[in-house]
Amino acid sequence: MARILELSEAVAELVHDGDSIAMEGFTHLIPFAAGQEIIRQGRRHLTLIRMTPDIIYDQLIGAGCADKLVFSFAGNPGVGSLHRFRDALQNSWPHALEIEEHSHAGMAARYVAGASGLPFGVLRGYVGTDLASQSDSIRQIECPFTGEVLTAVPALRPDVGIIHAQQADRRGNVGLWGMQGVQKEAILASQRSLVTVEEIVDELDPRVTVVLPTWAISAVAVAPRGAHPSYAHDYYWRDNDYYISWDEISRERSTFAAWLDSECGYAPEGVTA
Amino acid sequence: MTAVMDAPATTDEIMTVVAARELNNGVVCFVGIGKPSTAANLARRTHAPDIVLIYESGAIGAKPTKPPLSIGDGELAATADVVVSVPEIFTYWLQAGRVDVGFLGAAQVDRFGNINTTVVGDYDSPTTRLPGAGGAPEISTSAGEVFIMLNHSRRAFVETLDFVTSVGFATGGNSRERLGLPGGGPSVIITDIGVLRPDPVTKEFTLTALHPGRTVEEAKAATCWDLKVAETVSKTAPPSSEELRHLRALVAGEVS
Repeated sequence: MARILELSEAVAELVHDGDSIAMEGFTHLIPFAAGQEIIRQGRRHLTLIRMTPDIIYDQLIGAGCADKLVFSFAGNPGVGSLHRFRDALQNSWPHALEIEEHSHAGMAARYVAGASGLPFGVLRGYVGTDLASQSDSIRQIECPFTGEVLTAVPALRPDVGIIHAQQADRRGNVGLWGMQGVQKEAILASQRSLVTVEEIVDELDPRVTVVLPTWAISAVAVAPRGAHPSYAHDYYWRDNDYYISWDEISRERSTFAAWLDSECGYAPEGVTA
Repeated sequence: MTAVMDAPATTDEIMTVVAARELNNGVVCFVGIGKPSTAANLARRTHAPDIVLIYESGAIGAKPTKPPLSIGDGELAATADVVVSVPEIFTYWLQAGRVDVGFLGAAQVDRFGNINTTVVGDYDSPTTRLPGAGGAPEISTSAGEVFIMLNHSRRAFVETLDFVTSVGFATGGNSRERLGLPGGGPSVIITDIGVLRPDPVTKEFTLTALHPGRTVEEAKAATCWDLKVAETVSKTAPPSSEELRHLRALVAGEVS
């Protein structure tokens, strides 16, 4: 059974220094409130896993929470670059960031394998690209039935999976609808899990298309507008202006540090305005 | 806001219209954000009402009324025939061969239509770190054909890619087939200067059309390799008033 906790309690209990964390939500339902709570609590040496790091991981990387990033597309969607990610990679600011880089299809296969309890996922991909030469997590495999050469990628088994959803009921069953991304797989692949929700309801809405049963989740926390500046379908829409403004906020270390201070109330060592 | 209808077509509008014309009615099209999405929606509003748009965020059969800023905008889900998970999009729909046309952009492209969206400079100490692969490698692998759209410049049209993110025709000839890639590979590169298509045998991209007012010399000067030019280079028909009307209404978020 999922326990219904305060967000700060849930993060304190579930997320530890050095953990690998998958915070998923493909453009929709990105768990921003949880990400900022992790910054606020000063977690360090995390391995951050996410198909599209998006602004949420730009914030965590800039705040110095991450040692490693596992990803497949690191841009500010529709806007341009993730400046904190680039600063970490190109200038080791605030410290060096190791990367493990995949394609979307590869990341999806890795989550499915993790959720399925299998050691690896298989796909028709990466062949002829330079991606395989940059990572030991991309290997060729021969189909035992047809002889076709395919690509194997290791299962993702994060220490903690975190997603945002529209609703949970009072027992902690979680329901979401709209773009469903890879959230279900990320939760089921993880050892521990946290779902932030817009609200707790008596009965899940009939519009729900994905249900995660309470017994498959560690904790649920209420976080209204917890996906902002991404969106929660039928609750609020994507704040495209915020995504555009992030380009300015994040471009310089000083403006980012000022943002950290005002939004997270936190100025980690080495990250100052 | 009412779209301005009488201004001459911009370079971006010409590229978008040219891309839209390439899409036949009824094709299943895997689109990204920006000009590809606008082109596919323009085709849907003009000559190809039955085109099926698939976005990697999981929307199948999306019919947005305005260009989305992000690939997962709520309107894509709200107007889709069905919304599926990201693993399903890449397996049942793309990998299984159900996508006819995939659109890709690129920071760099080479003469065989291989593309780089990962890094400029050395991988471990990049000059410019780019977003990375996203859906592109498997679109390149499995889509029936791929349309590439990018601006024509020596920075982009390079002799050797700094990083191969997605495979076009590999080293040319039948090297793509030898790699075992099931999709047909890139069939067209649409730039701000003109249109390039692969030679049927060598698979080297050749300049086959020029947009209004552009020249072969400009195209060659914007290409690091010795760009091959077709014997007859056609002229891109300028966007019609009908095409521009639909395009500008689409961008302005209006029903046309």
